[in-house]
Amino acid sequence: MTLAIDGSGGGGAGAAYELTVNGTARRVEGARPGDSLLHVLRDRLGLPGAKNACEQGECGSCSVLVDGVLVCACLELAEAAVGCDVTTVEGMAAPGAEPGDAALGGDMLTDVQRALVEAGGVQCGFCTPGFVVAVHDLLARVPDPGPLEVREALAGNLCRCTGYGRILAAVERVVGERAAAR
Amino acid sequence: MTDVRTPTRRGGSAGGRVGDSPIRPDGTPKVQGRFAFASDLHAEGMLWGRTLRSPHPHARIARLDVAPALALPGVACAVTAADVTGAATYGLIAADQPVFAADVVRYEGEAVAAVAADHPDAARRALEAIDVAYEPLDPLVDAGAAAGAPPIHPDGNVVRRIELRHGDPSVWGDVLVEGTYEVGMQDQAFLGPEAGLAIPDGEGGVDLWVATQWLHEDRDQVAACLGLDPGRVRLHLGGVGGAFGGREDVSMQVHACLLALASGRPVKMTYLRDESFVGHVHRHPARMRYRHHATWDGKLVAVEAEIVLDGGAYASSSSAVVANAARFACGPYRVPNARIDATVVRTNNPPCGAMRGFGAVQVCFAHESQMDRLAARLGIDPVELRLKNALGPGDVLPTGQAITGTAPVAECLRAAVAHPLPPPAGPGLLERPGGAGRTDDASRTRRGVGVAVGYKNLLYSEGFDDTSEAQVRLAGGVATVACAVAEVGQGFVTVAGQIVRTVLGCDAVVLEPADTASVGSAGSSSASRQTWMSGGAVERAARLVADQVRAALARRLGVAAEGLALTADGRLVGVDGAGAAVDVTVAEAAGDEAFVASAVHRHRPTTALDGRGQGEPDVSFVFAAHRAVVDVDPDLGLVRVVQVTTGQDVGRALHPTQVTGQIEGGIAQGVGLAVMEEIVVDGGLVRNPSFTDYLIPTIADMPEVLATCIEQPEPGAPFGAKGVGEPPTISSTAAVVAAIRDATGVDVTRVPVRPWDLV
Repeated sequence: MTLAIDGSGGGGAGAAYELTVNGTARRVEGARPGDSLLHVLRDRLGLPGAKNACEQGECGSCSVLVDGVLVCACLELAEAAVGCDVTTVEGMAAPGAEPGDAALGGDMLTDVQRALVEAGGVQCGFCTPGFVVAVHDLLARVPDPGPLEVREALAGNLCRCTGYGRILAAVERVVGERAAAR
Repeated sequence: MTDVRTPTRRGGSAGGRVGDSPIRPDGTPKVQGRFAFASDLHAEGMLWGRTLRSPHPHARIARLDVAPALALPGVACAVTAADVTGAATYGLIAADQPVFAADVVRYEGEAVAAVAADHPDAARRALEAIDVAYEPLDPLVDAGAAAGAPPIHPDGNVVRRIELRHGDPSVWGDVLVEGTYEVGMQDQAFLGPEAGLAIPDGEGGVDLWVATQWLHEDRDQVAACLGLDPGRVRLHLGGVGGAFGGREDVSMQVHACLLALASGRPVKMTYLRDESFVGHVHRHPARMRYRHHATWDGKLVAVEAEIVLDGGAYASSSSAVVANAARFACGPYRVPNARIDATVVRTNNPPCGAMRGFGAVQVCFAHESQMDRLAARLGIDPVELRLKNALGPGDVLPTGQAITGTAPVAECLRAAVAHPLPPPAGPGLLERPGGAGRTDDASRTRRGVGVAVGYKNLLYSEGFDDTSEAQVRLAGGVATVACAVAEVGQGFVTVAGQIVRTVLGCDAVVLEPADTASVGSAGSSSASRQTWMSGGAVERAARLVADQVRAALARRLGVAAEGLALTADGRLVGVDGAGAAVDVTVAEAAGDEAFVASAVHRHRPTTALDGRGQGEPDVSFVFAAHRAVVDVDPDLGLVRVVQVTTGQDVGRALHPTQVTGQIEGGIAQGVGLAVMEEIVVDGGLVRNPSFTDYLIPTIADMPEVLATCIEQPEPGAPFGAKGVGEPPTISSTAAVVAAIRDATGVDVTRVPVRPWDLV
């Protein structure tokens, strides 16, 4: 038996292309033309922060920003994101912190990340990166959302552990902190 | 490779003791996306494994040839039943499930073969290329007919039957209410798919990083199926994205190891969501006929019940689930006479096993529906009827076992109903039944309120030798804990640190990665047992370390060790040889010298059930009560759950925020079972294996939750803490349905409640 291990599944790798992820140009080689943005991020660029809970756009665990728009990375063709700015949870950092800093510690957390940890909004954590991205997106668009607006905006992010109570508490905390700082 | 070892915040952690709510040690990497879940793992040169599954619920395998798959580019190897090098079957309690089906498939999704290739798509194409042909057989899908049907498995169709007889079951009461109740098949729906990475060690053994609930049990099952000595199979915990019972059984573990050993390369397997729906066991569907007898003034006289659980094709933990259903069939009430027949049968439906609440959930829906029926029949308030019959300490259960610990049933119920009722729904779309569908007519929407109470056992029962082992090392002010607990999200990693800080008076605690090679079994992350069992092992090991430090300090000071007292906050207090006061933390007293101790924690022994379902099968019990408020659109049968309040018996809350998280999360799953969650199985085929069609509560569906913890320290439990994970799921479903009945007057007898049940 001969092994043809080129990582393309023998399906014919497409031409290499470049994605801008978290402000950095990343060359993608060996990917197949049909590969999703989620697959390329997780398995070719070593950015597993976007998660793979359903891979059909129902759970929000793969939430990323493409040119500032919140999308499910599992539903996006990776090649279609060429020329766009892709932001993943790995690119979320407190103001002043260097994105992708390998030594990221508690002090480098964004207000949303810190609130989720401190309010108890994290249990198994599989939905958490998606919530981090989605909450940042919501609060960037709507600085002072009402409770129902928060629920509607986050209804695309499933969590099976928390019952959402501590996640809502975390969002409320961030809204309050940002209002106080304005 | 991944390294999920994460030190806690060091220094100044006054908030890190038992009873505080420190942050999770794994919280920071989880919010940063840096925490390595099993599906995130990667190894150089790894292959992707995928599983060929039966499309039929029951069929003979007429032909199976993997050669066409092997001929495809990128495909490294394929394995079938013929390639299983050890035991052909596995199972949690009885090894009745084939690693790969050899001659016959017994459920849709049963594994038939597995392949490994260099890209997920290559693996998918390899599955399509496998030459397989089936001769379909009639599926046995009616659980009620299974016992009398031709056996679909050599072990027969009745997995276990319990005939519990307590007191004089022939006694009749003044009044009698009857009902038949059904519970649909619920899925754990953990978000992290089944996943693992198997790496051959080059010497015939294998390392497997995997998301599981019990590393050592998996190790033993995997080693048996590989035909290897358990020492040559090392399991390591990959990050676990939720579990809820669905990871108690082996899924991809054996397949990935077989592929890795066959190819000589690392093999990663990650299920897709549709595969996950057939790749793990589910909550047993149940059909339950009940008859309650009571006196005119509302005292329960007797309960009769016939319970049939559909176990699906393989046994899994069915025999333990049905025993729970039998033992807790009467609910948390004094019932002097009982006749409970509980059976779990084999069918060609998807296999069922453990899910949060484990048999107690199904019967709770039935016994609480019966209590409401009885209250209506007697004209007694439902809360009052429950209080009149509530179990308390010392009471005797239907097994004949007396409650020796705490049993705050009345306290839980009073606390649940003491919370304020919510205001009427506002005009916001998300506040109306049907939500953004804008379908309800506010003038016709009806509100209802219902209550329910439930209970179950903590820890493993029926004579099981339930143990957990831990090792604690203290040196240089840092305590290092080794314990093979599967952290599945519940927060054991936080609680373990709190316990160690409390006993040793230190701030810095490091948890070693969990694996099978460096420490003994911690048992399963199930049955609400890890805080008690592994928390107990960690506490015990830490106390042994404290004793060593005390002896060393006493030697240094030239005093008797007994002269130094270990305080509840981890300090050694006394006087030295010169009469001067000594007051140091254990960690300070240890200095740079290393102290190490291991401990195995066992709970007190329990017994098997005898032929009449009598015995001393349980260690401890945990109780909760729920009150639910719903709004119902009676025209479309749509329900909005507005509020759930609870009083929950927690023993002692070691981490109040995490306890709250367990309560809210458990109630979400109970609400889901009440109004939306069901795996629809038609002729043995799963019709909705996706999050598009299997709905779990979103943040928009989730009601307000108000919780009161009833803290009565449990004797024998570490710091008095009971497990808190399961109770929120037991009676919240029944409370929601009671509220729906109250709102609509419709006699709902099945969950989940569907729109067409109400119109």
